[in-house]
Amino acid sequence: MKHGKYRFIAGFLVLPLAIYAIFVISPFVQAIYYSFTDWTGLSPDMKMVGLDNYARLFQDDVFWSAVGNSVTLLLLLPVVTLSLGLFFAFMLNVGGRRRKKAVIGGVRGSGTYKILYFFPQVLSVPIVALLFQFAYNPESGALNAFFDAVGLGNVQPDWLGDPQIALWCVMAAMVWANVGFYVVLFSAGMSSIPKDFYEAALLDGANRFNTFFRITLPLLWDTVQTGWIYMGILALDVSAFAFVQIMSVGPGGPDYSTEVLPLYVYQKTFRDGQAGYATAIGVSLLIVTLIFSAVVMRLGRRERLEF
Amino acid sequence: MSAQTDPADLPGVTKEHPPPPGASRLPGPRGGQGRKDGAGSGGGSGEGRVLNVFSHGVLVIWGLLVTMPLLWAVVSSFKDDTEIFGSPWGLPSVLHFDNWARAWDKAHMGQYFLNSLIVVGGSLIGTMLLGAMAAYVLARFDFPGNRFLYFLFVGGMGFPVILALVPLFFVMKNMALLDTYHGLILVYIAYSLPFTVFFLSGFFKTLPTSVAEAALIDGASHTRTFFQVMLPMAKPGLISVGIFNFLGQWNQYLLPTVLNVGDPDRKMLTQGLVALAVSQGYKGDWSGLFAGLTIAMLPVLAAYIIFQRQVVAGLTAGALK
Repeated sequence: MKHGKYRFIAGFLVLPLAIYAIFVISPFVQAIYYSFTDWTGLSPDMKMVGLDNYARLFQDDVFWSAVGNSVTLLLLLPVVTLSLGLFFAFMLNVGGRRRKKAVIGGVRGSGTYKILYFFPQVLSVPIVALLFQFAYNPESGALNAFFDAVGLGNVQPDWLGDPQIALWCVMAAMVWANVGFYVVLFSAGMSSIPKDFYEAALLDGANRFNTFFRITLPLLWDTVQTGWIYMGILALDVSAFAFVQIMSVGPGGPDYSTEVLPLYVYQKTFRDGQAGYATAIGVSLLIVTLIFSAVVMRLGRRERLEF
Repeated sequence: MSAQTDPADLPGVTKEHPPPPGASRLPGPRGGQGRKDGAGSGGGSGEGRVLNVFSHGVLVIWGLLVTMPLLWAVVSSFKDDTEIFGSPWGLPSVLHFDNWARAWDKAHMGQYFLNSLIVVGGSLIGTMLLGAMAAYVLARFDFPGNRFLYFLFVGGMGFPVILALVPLFFVMKNMALLDTYHGLILVYIAYSLPFTVFFLSGFFKTLPTSVAEAALIDGASHTRTFFQVMLPMAKPGLISVGIFNFLGQWNQYLLPTVLNVGDPDRKMLTQGLVALAVSQGYKGDWSGLFAGLTIAMLPVLAAYIIFQRQVVAGLTAGALK
């Protein structure tokens, strides 16, 4: 029996573990090794160069603008996305006119709103990025055409072509794509908060503004924190890469104003043939990710509220 | 033009629910003390109505911001290029279905669609099967190294994928897996395993032990117990994680961009769409591009509307834990 059990365990684990080890674990370990070499990625020869790649990072202006942009995304994207998500979810669940008996209620048609808001979440990043790219097109894009139509014809920004605002344009698309998910997620959390909490607070004279910060937010804190980490990883990794690579001029431009760390790793490897240096950039991205998770965990630590 | 729906909506809402007479149950922070006892009658006080108008206003604006770009893309896919540039906000004069035919055939969107179906079909089955097997063993059996393996799998959720891509490219190259369906399927499975194992092992832990024990006493093997008893019991969890993986793999862009660049006919839908945007941009076939965009967009949106509840539950299940 015991023998059978171990054979069963081994049999069930061997295939998933093999695939995972070959395609996920081993590349991660190799990446850290390559970051100490001068490997081009094109030929098999390489030699150890110690910390040279890391020393070079300090001299690389593009790297530092990528760090700056990635950190900007990391700090602002979760704040904007989660705030909008919380705001709309609160409006949906608490913003309604009062009906009989219920002191506090959702707006009519909140289900429809939620279905609509979730649309962008099921679309792939390229679709969203291309849609926004059309909208931003300075000559015939929907945005400038709209400015024309409402009599702001002389305000015709270059959008993605203007280094001052290009990063904000990309960020707007990322916010647009992700808010709906949080509206639905926070709505689910809010609807499970007992109504009598609100009733008691309102009877005590609290207004809705207060009820949000004193009741809703503390009770949702765990969910908000999970969302924060999730958004942060999006801002640093896959999502940021795809949005910037598809939308921005260059990509990463104009003038490196939208360059982000994952895109720079990609460009250094597959465009410039500097795989060793690229992995050193990747390791610095890993460090930023780890610092971010540690900070969120620490800041978010507070007593868990049970209800 | 976009804001017109908003005031039109609101009077209808107000009419259906005329404010009932009676004092407010909800006194404001100041000046409401005398009315605390107005219980029972729902109030239609000033605060409630203003808030209602405000919240509907805000919600409708965001609703339009979300739906307008999508509608605009669909409408544009029926226009010719002159109309797209001349009147971006107007309706098409004639419905140009030829855009769609051109995108499907000449721009290979049909081929890309098929490629995505093959790869996602294969990797979804693989992910669910292998993920469930690993999660089941890790959740329900005690053996040395169990915790280590669990954290090895789950740890993959937090690491930047881009870091692994450079060596991964060469691992695939050495195994002759670049630009193949099965190579991409294996990689999709590998990168879906961390979340799948994390979610399903949590799920298997919650299932009652007694049923599995009964099956074992009746003489079923561990393997048989898994496939005939535990897997059917885990169906809700499998559906949730299946939807999550389907959307993630269908919308995958980073992995094919790096690992699937040799043969232009082997592109995934997301990759093909971006390639189309680049090449059509040069050729100036904007209407074809919008048709391609719409072809990529509509099936997923349609599926979402039909399976709306399951999709939302599947995607949010992970975040709520």
